[in-house]
Amino acid sequence: MSLTLTAMSDSTVTSGRQQWSGSGQTLQPPRGPFISVITNRTTNLLIRGAMLFSVGVFLALVLNLLQVQRNVTLFPPDVISSIFSSAWWVPPCCGTASAMIGLLYPCIDSCLGEPHKFKREWSSVMRCVAVFVGINHASAKVDFANNVQLSLTLAALSIGLWWTFDRSRSGFSLGVTIALLATLATQLLVYNGVFQYTSPDFLYIRSWLPCIFFAGVITMGNIGRQLALYEYKFIQEKSHQD
Amino acid sequence: MFPSLPGGRAEQTHTLPESRGELNVNPKATLQLKKTTAAAFKGHKRPRGREITWPLNNRSLDAPRRPVLGRAVLPNGRELTPPARMTLRKQLREKISAAFYRHGLLCASYPVPIILFTSASILTCCYPLLRLPLPGTGPVEFTTGVRDYSVPSHEPQGDLGERPDWYRGPPVAYIQQVLVKAAVSPWDSSLVPVDVFRSPLGRVFSLLEEIRNHVHSDSSGIRSLESLCLQVTDLFPGLRRMQSVLPEHGCLLVSPGNYWQNQRELFDSDADLLKTIQKHEPKGLHTSATLRDLLFGVPGKYTGVSHYNRKRVVTYTITVVLSSYDARFLGSLRARLKQLHPSANCSLREDHMVHVHFKEEIGIAELIPLVTTYIILFAYIYFSTRKIDMVKSKWGLALAAVVTVLSSLLMSVGLCTLFGLTPTLNGGEIFPYLVVVIGLENVLVLTKSVVSTPVDLEVKLRIAQGLSNESWSIMKNMATELCIILIGYFTLVPAIQEFCLFAVVGLVSDFFLQMFFFTTVLSIDIRRMELADLNRRLPAEAGLPPPKPGPLRPREVPPPPRPSPHTITLQTPAFRNLRLPKRLRVVYFLARTRLAQRIIMVGTVIWIGILVYTDPAGIRTYLAAQVSEQSPLGDPGGAGLPPHLGVAPVFRGGDPTSTLSIHPAPDPTPLPENQSQGHHGPARAGLLPQAPPAVPQITWGAEDEEGWRRLSFRHWPSLFSYYNITLAKRYISILPVIPVTVHLSPQEAIETRHPQDTRHPPPPIPKVSADLQTDLTLYKVAALGLAAGVLLVLLLFCLYRVLCPRNYGQNGVSHGRRRRGDLPCDDYGYSPPVSEISPLLLRGHSMDIECLASDGMLLASCCLAGQIRVWDAQTGDCLTVIPKPGLRRSSSSSGCWEQRDGWDGVGGATEPECLCSEAHGSYVGIDGLSEEEEGYPLRRRTAPIRPTLFNDQPDLTPLIDTNFTSQPPSHLLSTPPRAGFDFGGLVERAYMEHEPPSPSAYTSPSSASSSPPTGAQLQRRPSLGDIAAALPPERAPSSGPQADWESSVWAMELRGNLIAAGRSSGKLELWDAVEGSLRCSNEDGVSGITALAFLNNRIVAARLNGSLDFFTVEINKPLCLLQYRGAPLRGSVPPSPCYSSEDVISCQLTRSVQCAHHKPITVLRAAAGRVVTGSQDHTVRIYRLEDSCCLFTLQGHSGGITAIYIDQTMVLASGGQDGAICLWDVLTGSRVSHVYGHRGDVTSLVCTTSCVISSGLDDLICIWDRSTGIKLYSIQQEAGCGASLGVISESLLVTGGQGCVSFWDLNFGDLLQTVYLGQSSDGQGVRQLLVLDNAAIVCDFGSELSLVYVPSVLEKLD
Repeated sequence: MSLTLTAMSDSTVTSGRQQWSGSGQTLQPPRGPFISVITNRTTNLLIRGAMLFSVGVFLALVLNLLQVQRNVTLFPPDVISSIFSSAWWVPPCCGTASAMIGLLYPCIDSCLGEPHKFKREWSSVMRCVAVFVGINHASAKVDFANNVQLSLTLAALSIGLWWTFDRSRSGFSLGVTIALLATLATQLLVYNGVFQYTSPDFLYIRSWLPCIFFAGVITMGNIGRQLALYEYKFIQEKSHQD
Repeated sequence: MFPSLPGGRAEQTHTLPESRGELNVNPKATLQLKKTTAAAFKGHKRPRGREITWPLNNRSLDAPRRPVLGRAVLPNGRELTPPARMTLRKQLREKISAAFYRHGLLCASYPVPIILFTSASILTCCYPLLRLPLPGTGPVEFTTGVRDYSVPSHEPQGDLGERPDWYRGPPVAYIQQVLVKAAVSPWDSSLVPVDVFRSPLGRVFSLLEEIRNHVHSDSSGIRSLESLCLQVTDLFPGLRRMQSVLPEHGCLLVSPGNYWQNQRELFDSDADLLKTIQKHEPKGLHTSATLRDLLFGVPGKYTGVSHYNRKRVVTYTITVVLSSYDARFLGSLRARLKQLHPSANCSLREDHMVHVHFKEEIGIAELIPLVTTYIILFAYIYFSTRKIDMVKSKWGLALAAVVTVLSSLLMSVGLCTLFGLTPTLNGGEIFPYLVVVIGLENVLVLTKSVVSTPVDLEVKLRIAQGLSNESWSIMKNMATELCIILIGYFTLVPAIQEFCLFAVVGLVSDFFLQMFFFTTVLSIDIRRMELADLNRRLPAEAGLPPPKPGPLRPREVPPPPRPSPHTITLQTPAFRNLRLPKRLRVVYFLARTRLAQRIIMVGTVIWIGILVYTDPAGIRTYLAAQVSEQSPLGDPGGAGLPPHLGVAPVFRGGDPTSTLSIHPAPDPTPLPENQSQGHHGPARAGLLPQAPPAVPQITWGAEDEEGWRRLSFRHWPSLFSYYNITLAKRYISILPVIPVTVHLSPQEAIETRHPQDTRHPPPPIPKVSADLQTDLTLYKVAALGLAAGVLLVLLLFCLYRVLCPRNYGQNGVSHGRRRRGDLPCDDYGYSPPVSEISPLLLRGHSMDIECLASDGMLLASCCLAGQIRVWDAQTGDCLTVIPKPGLRRSSSSSGCWEQRDGWDGVGGATEPECLCSEAHGSYVGIDGLSEEEEGYPLRRRTAPIRPTLFNDQPDLTPLIDTNFTSQPPSHLLSTPPRAGFDFGGLVERAYMEHEPPSPSAYTSPSSASSSPPTGAQLQRRPSLGDIAAALPPERAPSSGPQADWESSVWAMELRGNLIAAGRSSGKLELWDAVEGSLRCSNEDGVSGITALAFLNNRIVAARLNGSLDFFTVEINKPLCLLQYRGAPLRGSVPPSPCYSSEDVISCQLTRSVQCAHHKPITVLRAAAGRVVTGSQDHTVRIYRLEDSCCLFTLQGHSGGITAIYIDQTMVLASGGQDGAICLWDVLTGSRVSHVYGHRGDVTSLVCTTSCVISSGLDDLICIWDRSTGIKLYSIQQEAGCGASLGVISESLLVTGGQGCVSFWDLNFGDLLQTVYLGQSSDGQGVRQLLVLDNAAIVCDFGSELSLVYVPSVLEKLD
């Protein structure tokens, strides 16, 4: 999860830059640019969105690779090209979706007025991401007897993920909604022939897709909430100032 | 198990705080520390020292009672009273808690045996792992005979002995290679180099034809290759470029002929064969099998297809892949080929069949997700272990945590193997997930729980208590995890089941290790910390032996050599965890660990390793080629050369076999091997030296027997992968090769020539051998690698230079907070490179500043000399000077000039606005104001009020003490600055020694100063105290200056324009801040006022004897109350209500709580209509301001209260000498959270809306989450810096240090800036720090005040 790491180091670097900007300004000139940038809601939103987007793209690429592996266990020498073997627009789509989800979660939290308090720390987020990758890994590597079994297993794992790392009702309902919508969208795409599964087994993909989507939504929501924690602090500070 | 020692809690509670209270003195003032401790402990040393040793033992009796009695402690610190009937859950919980407690005691008592036992059990459990094969991706071989070969069955059979596990079932394919060696012989000088390989390669088509059309018919039917070979359907989709070369359907039959689609015509019309062959070679470095290797079936350099082939023998193979084995068909094929192309001297063995098993191969594609998971895993471990805090060695504990998890994994695998469950899962893949499932949480929770136990407990009790506190949650978590895993087990998917099994065993063994291994390590660590702690901060008891270990702790770790008792060593900068910016930290880390060099080194080694690993044959054969090259030129004996390495013997064309081979050989039986060898041996010896090779000779050696071994081990997997067939975990059977020798005549070669072939010029330098050419690639690669390495170094160097400041390395002293002396700064502490924040120095006090009060607009300060000055908090102008009665004016007038200097230095923005000037030295006090008006017309804007005021002023002229200079000022100045605002310890000592106290007892006429008397002062003049009477200063003029000396200001508050000053005589005075006139005074109390709170119209005064007085300020003209001060003066100033000067103000004692506390009140805070007092008697009391009624008495600290914070939101935080911080709910009086954060007193406390910031005597600033009580992080400061704290905004923290203030980012704990207050580097500490409403900070700095504006915050306000 190097991207999240860099994201976090970014956000800590900001404080370092804050120092620069603080020392670069004398008493009279306008405010230190970085504080204002960070406290500026739109900019902050953009930064977070960019982080989430990159995380989403990265995860999409890696997980796609896992899925490709399921079909072919050994690769021809030109492996790297197979990373991008799926349609070019899939990773950006995943990135956009994850950015939206990651921004939506804290937003909903604040709308409902119940701030998320459960395990708000990066180690927990890391654990969540690891479990998410693990679920993908399992779905790619483990041979299941039939699709029902696969579906049930993945559903149990996803709900376990939610219970371990989220436990909020809003998170659950949002996850289910988005998962259903995403599955529907994918099916429509496939139906219209825009997108094709590599595997001829149609049911196989349909059986794991909702669960993977659900787990992904939970994960991205977790990351988004954690990122929003920084923004929350800044906004709080600003309101305090005002 | 529990040590039974005499002693009880009652004694301990008395002795312990006392010893800690003495430590309350800020360690930075070492001078004073020495004095006071020396004075205080004169005659007390021994008994105190013995008392210190008691509580360590005494507690052991008292603490275990808690869980046994069932008084479990909730996470929020509230104790449960044992209910009458306990539910089952509670009983269970209690039992668990008690069990954990006992276990903790056990672990901490016998650390070494337990660690030994744990290590032994880990090793035992890991022992079965030795039987597992080592991981590796290389193929495994198994050789069987051809003759009695039958396809192995699927079922494992019993007595197979050496048969490997994988040798079951039919192989993926049988590989039959036809090894062709062809040469044009005899070599003719008319031949061009192309002839070496053109016609030999051309023979492949007829051979292919032969093989394809071979039919074997016998009784069982007719079999052809078509029926036996492996039929392939389609190439892998990603291999479009291979489409023309590799067979796309039908038999998988690979030969060099594939380059030309197996069509002779294409071959004949091909002008440049080498180009065609090269066309398909991948560019760059490649490690897997190339197409050339695949088609030729022998490594490229052995094919002989090049212009520089000196041996003129071309070697290639025709590879037939068979799906089923038919011995008879193959036998007939072999016989046929041999008949057609007999190999005369062939001695290849034909009776062995090699089965090659391929492991699952990890390609890059699989590596990427794996690497990702590992990165996530490391991030997880990093973020988890980062939270370990408050321990001696953070890294040690983190290592122990990781070791715990890893060895539990190993144990689980070992145990599973022991019970017959062989792991089928790929260990490397599931490992990260296992770690994540097992998790580091328990370890962290344990650590946190243990370190948050009271630090004054004995180590094993701390461990035990910490364990038992967290026992319930640990058990609950464990049960939950087991349940989840159990659910996973019922998915009935074998892989998941296996994973779950591992996870369960791993969890259990992890629990075991946590309980035994980690707990013990933690206890050792904490013991080390205690010892180090003891050594560091026991200056007074330095001479005493270290505390005796408990009886259950016979082996005590010998204490490390302690530093000299009175010096407090500063930690080396490397260990001070100053929060640097991440960027710098990364760079420092790189620089410190020389990471770049090491990475490059390791990378080079790995790279070389990869090269060697992927092409092991390359080097070997290169060496062989070297040797063989030498042999014809050098020693003919070829002494040690094995026969098969020898080069082709040279015959002068008369060899019978070679002549025979031109015609299709009728001789079906080749010569026996011995014969041919014997024949060639002597011939070679005789003929080699002279003859240049004219006739290419085809020899067959042992290396040809299994020629495929010289290929890359990925040869077969990659061949099959092109057809989407994996060889992973499967095997292929390689049949013995069929040797085919082809001799061509020169005529034939010339006939097959392409017209263009002759146009090729002969190779210009034939001496450039093929070996050299192949070597060139090696050299190229080496050069490239070297260049890449150099480039990497340069890049990193550039990065380093860009990121790293230039002076890094020269200025190795400090990174964040620079030392004072290093700075280039001008006379006013303005140092441009460091900060643009320039402190405004307010000078005027002649002595150290004692009290500081502000209401945002005005700033009042009082120095040790008793002088009160009022400043404008916006500009730093000195508005009023209230001299101490009896002091001479001139002392302060000199200060005015310093002040002016200060202003000039700051930027000349303000003209000197001192209210007193040296020109009017004879004028004193307030009279100076009128004089000053003429001198400085600009000040007139403030003037209009004043002249009228003088009328009702008391005549203060008698206050002049013209004899002031005659008094030796030296002792005033030599009075050491008091070390902290918190004088609880001193007060208590004074209180204890002079029981019952009388305020007059503290008087010390010689010191015209100060504050609660120190022990040293008492020691000096114990008897003079009675001389001075407690007289109000109003009468002081009449009674002479002597009378008022004793009543120094101990506490001061400022509201509106009223200054409330509490004096040591117990008198409360109200001064007008603007005019400097005394408005009223109250002398109802006799005990000195130690703390004041001024809220609305009420004043609360805490007195030395523990009583609390409530005063009401009444204004007789309430109409004027709404007048806004400052509005006429400065338009921009926000209005604040103030008292008009015309009002008659009276101050009445409304209520006096005589025994508010048993011991002196140390802290008094008021906010939100509440008054909170903290006392030495370990309690906090909350009073309502209106009716002065005591609402709550908060108990929970085990030491005197040293710091309290309360704000408008009714949040109350208190810190005590026990290092504990409690958060209380003021409305209900309940304790919200209780944390232990400091070793030593909590010196100050500040809250923001989200966190609590505390600083302690251990120079640590801890930031806590307010809602959860979890420590977010801590900042280690330099010694003696942590006393004063302030929060400017939600994320900006300011702390005082040695002559500087530091700004910290609260969110990340980064040091933003350090502002130095003055030039002098004598290390005067900032002891008081006030944050004003306009985002300015006021702090005292010796005799000066510093007004520091924080620009970033100021900007935000605009």
